[in-house]
Amino acid sequence: MANVLPSPWRAWLTSRSPRSRRQAWLGQLYLGWLALLRNPLALLGLAIVLALVLAAAAAPLLASQDPLAQSLPDRLLPPGSPGHWLGTDEFGRDLWSRVVHGARVTLYIVLLVVVTAPVFGLAVGTAAGYFGGLVDVVLMRLTDVFLAFPRLILALAFVAALGPGIENAVLAIALTAWPPYARVARAETLTVVRSDYIAAAQLQGAGSLRIITGHVMPLCLSSVIVRITLDMAGIILVAAGLGFLGLGAQPPLPEWGLMISSGRKFLFDQWWVATVPGLAIFVVSLGFNLLGDGLRDVLDPRSAGR
Amino acid sequence: MTDLAGTGRGRSGGPGADAGRPLRGGWVGRRARGLLGLLATLAATFLGLLFVTFIIGRVIPIDPVLAIVGERATTAQYEAAREALGLNEPLLVQFGYYVRDVLSGDLGTSILTARPVIEDIGRVFPATLELATLATLFGVLLGVPAGVLAAVRQGRLTDQLVRLLGLFGYSMPVFWLGLMGLLLFYGQLGWVGGPGRLDTTYQFIFELEVPRVTGAILIDTALAGAWDVFRNALSHIVLPAAVLGYYSLAYISRMTRSFMLEQLRQEYVTTARVKGMPEWRVVWVHALGNVLVPLITVIALSYAQLLEGSVLTETVFAWPGLGLYITQALFSGDLAAVMGGTIVVGAAFILLNLLSDLLYRLVDPRAR
Repeated sequence: MANVLPSPWRAWLTSRSPRSRRQAWLGQLYLGWLALLRNPLALLGLAIVLALVLAAAAAPLLASQDPLAQSLPDRLLPPGSPGHWLGTDEFGRDLWSRVVHGARVTLYIVLLVVVTAPVFGLAVGTAAGYFGGLVDVVLMRLTDVFLAFPRLILALAFVAALGPGIENAVLAIALTAWPPYARVARAETLTVVRSDYIAAAQLQGAGSLRIITGHVMPLCLSSVIVRITLDMAGIILVAAGLGFLGLGAQPPLPEWGLMISSGRKFLFDQWWVATVPGLAIFVVSLGFNLLGDGLRDVLDPRSAGR
Repeated sequence: MTDLAGTGRGRSGGPGADAGRPLRGGWVGRRARGLLGLLATLAATFLGLLFVTFIIGRVIPIDPVLAIVGERATTAQYEAAREALGLNEPLLVQFGYYVRDVLSGDLGTSILTARPVIEDIGRVFPATLELATLATLFGVLLGVPAGVLAAVRQGRLTDQLVRLLGLFGYSMPVFWLGLMGLLLFYGQLGWVGGPGRLDTTYQFIFELEVPRVTGAILIDTALAGAWDVFRNALSHIVLPAAVLGYYSLAYISRMTRSFMLEQLRQEYVTTARVKGMPEWRVVWVHALGNVLVPLITVIALSYAQLLEGSVLTETVFAWPGLGLYITQALFSGDLAAVMGGTIVVGAAFILLNLLSDLLYRLVDPRAR
């Protein structure tokens, strides 16, 4: 696959003396991509994640039926029934269609968490690392306090306070997910904050906000991205757990955890109702874990193999 | 779950610049300062936990006064009750009262059972503890050898299999795995007991004839010599403990592998091999012996994780422990019980975290 690119492009990308910032950046990206290609498990993970995104985008096309359409004569049909190749649930809704549409819900939750928790963690971590002193102590103590909490229990307590629902579940997950990002960002900030180019920016009169957002944060990004990918599976599992307990997405939304919980009542006679959405969660989490492991090996060689 | 791997890394780089000097007084002084710092962290973290539960308790859109006086109370009655609850005080003062109550063991009264929450928790906690302990045992007994084997055969099939096993553990929802286990081993094969801690008939015998000593059924029945009840309890606990233990297996085997890889690269391993020591002794005695210290902290951390993981597992297996207590309280709007449970799990979590930190400092001289 590495030879698909025409050679002048490859030469431009792998040039040892890039002439512009964009060339250097793209070159790095290309080298990372090549490293990722050498790791078949990471590619499998990437394929799974892409499949999730595709399924979410094309859900109405892929689904054979309306995921909410009830049809009581067709209730609890086993997999392989005509028109319902994964079977139906207790309201006669097509399981395949519900699982495909569930990809949207899962992706929605994951994206919402990703645009909140890492951003907050990044802000806290870079500020702590950049300013140091009292700010550092206070912010990191706070981070440690949140880090010492049991994640699911805290999310439970938050949802108990805010009321069940997807947005509240996301808020609860985000509130418990940011501390590791703050730690990672602080560690990265500490390694660059004494560099000459930061001093140069300060001498030119750049403000703290500008230095943090323009010169420090971009350098933390690769670690944070690895962390996010590795965190995804955990986020999906906690969200599914909240859904399973009835605290996340509410019926009739086709959320996978919720679907397992409703299939639980028929577990011993109609096993497929609970099994199918669980498999979906498992495959997607596995995909993110595989991809995350691969990305970590590429972007963060220090911790490779851990 | 995976972030715990990261938190462990920072510890070894403590302020140990003068650790080489064997000064007795300095050693004790440093040890004492370390302990004080640890206690301060413990207090701060616990206070933080209480602050969060306090805030959550206040954010709730339920008026606690209304719950007591009822809807038809006069304004005067309402105000009196409000005053009695201390709700007219400034927030910080209320938080002070809250901390005082919790520290003296008062977690409020459960609406559901009409008993003090602390009593309820004392009643259900042994079941959770029994489950989590057995699960950890499972994870250690299988996870440590698996990790060692994976490290010894790095890059080979065994290594890949152990890695895959771990990845599956990180990717499977625990409640789903529990349901699948029930479906297969209880519904189809009938090898294990179903949900709950005992069959109904044995439950009866247990209630009447077995004295409560520890609250753990397996221990109590063994002490009383009620072996038929013991067998039944064992058949019920095997599956949930194995399901829960699988997650600690995934974590422990992964960490054991990376610790062992580090040790096997050391020179003392080469020396031992050159001396002609049998390979099994090099791996299982010398290298594993040096891994035990970080491993203990990993086990303590995974134990803490299991206490939390028990919430979902207990719901699936109708296991009458703390997790089931919290979820049931959630659905009946029993806030005092939810917050009480959160505080207890959180406190256990914090304590285990600190315990592992302490163990690390005690046993590993580099971390002092």
